[in-house]
Amino acid sequence: MDGSRNDVLTGEQKIRNFNINFGPQHPAAHGVLRMVLELDGEIVERADPHIGLLHRGTEKLMESRTYLQNLPYFDRLDYVSPMNQEHAWCLAIEKLTGTVIPRRASLIRVLYSEIGRILNHILNVTTQAMDVGALTPPLWGFEEREKLMVFYERACGARLHAAYFRPGGVHQDLPQDLIDDIYQWTEEFPDVLDDISGLLTENRIFKQRNVDIAIVDRETVMQYGFSGVMVRGSGMAWDLRRAQPYECYDEMDFQIPVGKNGDCYDRYLCRMQEMRESLKIMRQCIELMEAVKGQDVMARGKLTPPSRADMKTSMEALIHHFKLYTEGFHVPEGEVYAAVEAPKGEFGVYLVSDGTNKPYKSKIRAPGYPHLAAMDHLCRGHQLADVSAILGSLDVVFGEIDR
Amino acid sequence: MSEALTELGDLIAVRQEDALISAEVIRGELVTTVTTAGIVPFVQFLQSDGACQFETLVDITAVDYPDREKRFEMVYHFLSMTQNQRIRVKIPLREDEVVPSISGIHPSANWFEREVYDMYGIMFSGHPDLRRILTDYGFRGYPLRKDFPTTGYVEVRYDEVEKRVVYEPVQLTQDYRQFDFMSPWEGAEYILPGDEKKEEA
Repeated sequence: MDGSRNDVLTGEQKIRNFNINFGPQHPAAHGVLRMVLELDGEIVERADPHIGLLHRGTEKLMESRTYLQNLPYFDRLDYVSPMNQEHAWCLAIEKLTGTVIPRRASLIRVLYSEIGRILNHILNVTTQAMDVGALTPPLWGFEEREKLMVFYERACGARLHAAYFRPGGVHQDLPQDLIDDIYQWTEEFPDVLDDISGLLTENRIFKQRNVDIAIVDRETVMQYGFSGVMVRGSGMAWDLRRAQPYECYDEMDFQIPVGKNGDCYDRYLCRMQEMRESLKIMRQCIELMEAVKGQDVMARGKLTPPSRADMKTSMEALIHHFKLYTEGFHVPEGEVYAAVEAPKGEFGVYLVSDGTNKPYKSKIRAPGYPHLAAMDHLCRGHQLADVSAILGSLDVVFGEIDR
Repeated sequence: MSEALTELGDLIAVRQEDALISAEVIRGELVTTVTTAGIVPFVQFLQSDGACQFETLVDITAVDYPDREKRFEMVYHFLSMTQNQRIRVKIPLREDEVVPSISGIHPSANWFEREVYDMYGIMFSGHPDLRRILTDYGFRGYPLRKDFPTTGYVEVRYDEVEKRVVYEPVQLTQDYRQFDFMSPWEGAEYILPGDEKKEEA
């Protein structure tokens, strides 16, 4: 360890590896991660992440609740972009029941999914900057996140735990002034992005900490089951929105930014560019929504409640409403896997239904889980200080990893 | 899309007839069932065959069916980014059966298999590091089995006297409520309590 063990003849020192505990309360751990690092000097020899400190048993709880009651659990998985998770759940149910949702609902979903993507990327990019020593980006970024959360609130009444996407559509239509405000925001936001980019992109310290760190090649992507930005950062244009389109993504005109070297810095660049592409999609959604103004935003049927007006006059509608919110709807027997391109990667739900009002089994496939599992592979041979940069660029949130 | 999947299913059936039990396309998803012993060569085949190229392991999970003779069902999801296809691989499993680990082919299976072990108690042979992953250190039982109560068996609190966290059996002030939604009006064939006696008489 120190000079006292010097070998007189060779002048060599005996150095032994030692372990340190990273977390569970480390600010760069992005939540509750305990990681046991085996170090050789400052070089990481082995990283063993201990997860599960935020395990709430979501999948077990879901088995004893109705499909609709389960929806809010999805907000609480990846609490950085809540609506994208709900989307996967709704898609799974709609796939099994064969529900087609109205066009306006579909456009609203895409609009809010992209807001979720920007919410997530702002948080990730700026906190990653914080992990490597910058303080200003998070302060600037969170101001924009605040505005987006107000859009969430104006759509559904909750800033974070939205429960806005429902099987069969979305809960309520958006008022026109909200749509106008979102459009205006999409025009202002590029300036903020330019500001943040001006702080980081050519910043010497930021580049020193991120360029050539944790290079991910094609082999690693395939072996470790990566998805999302972790794939695109390595030069593969894989995006579920394009490859296996859901909702109305096939109508949208947007580019898929890809990186070149697959290091932390390229992933940062991808995220920055993806936000600009999301803005494009949002504007297209708003323009397309003009044509379906006033359309119902729910596929009225067994999955969704009757309109308020119907309930005042029709006994059947009232009974249906009561049954829907007590017993819930039944989903036909079968199994299905539905995935969406969440901001962090492929977020999937494997749903097994036995024909009752509760899911027999639901497995949540969180994108962060395989990413974090590759931590050992990615960290090996890197400096201790790089661990937080790598963790930041993996974009992990423990709500979804621990479930 | 569906024809391509059916074709792919037929191709797999021809080339992997030893391992395969069935292959069918349901709701636009290719679902294959294989034997326990055949899973490793089957996954190897899916990964390397030119027509399949299922190189990405998306997910591994299990489903518990306590009434079946083969109680568990392992479910693997694979994705091919080059062919843009997905496949689901299932293995019916007895409770005491050990599954060969596929972490040698897909390193990402490491954590997924640990999770299945943690949640269902299914053992994997050849797994490098089969520890619990999501539950507490020293946890007992397998939470996602159907016979495990949602409330669990133990609860924790900080004990002011002992100055440490103590584990105690769960005490519920109110019973955990499970509502019965069986409805005699919906025309479905429900067996209401007492009905089974009518059959015997």
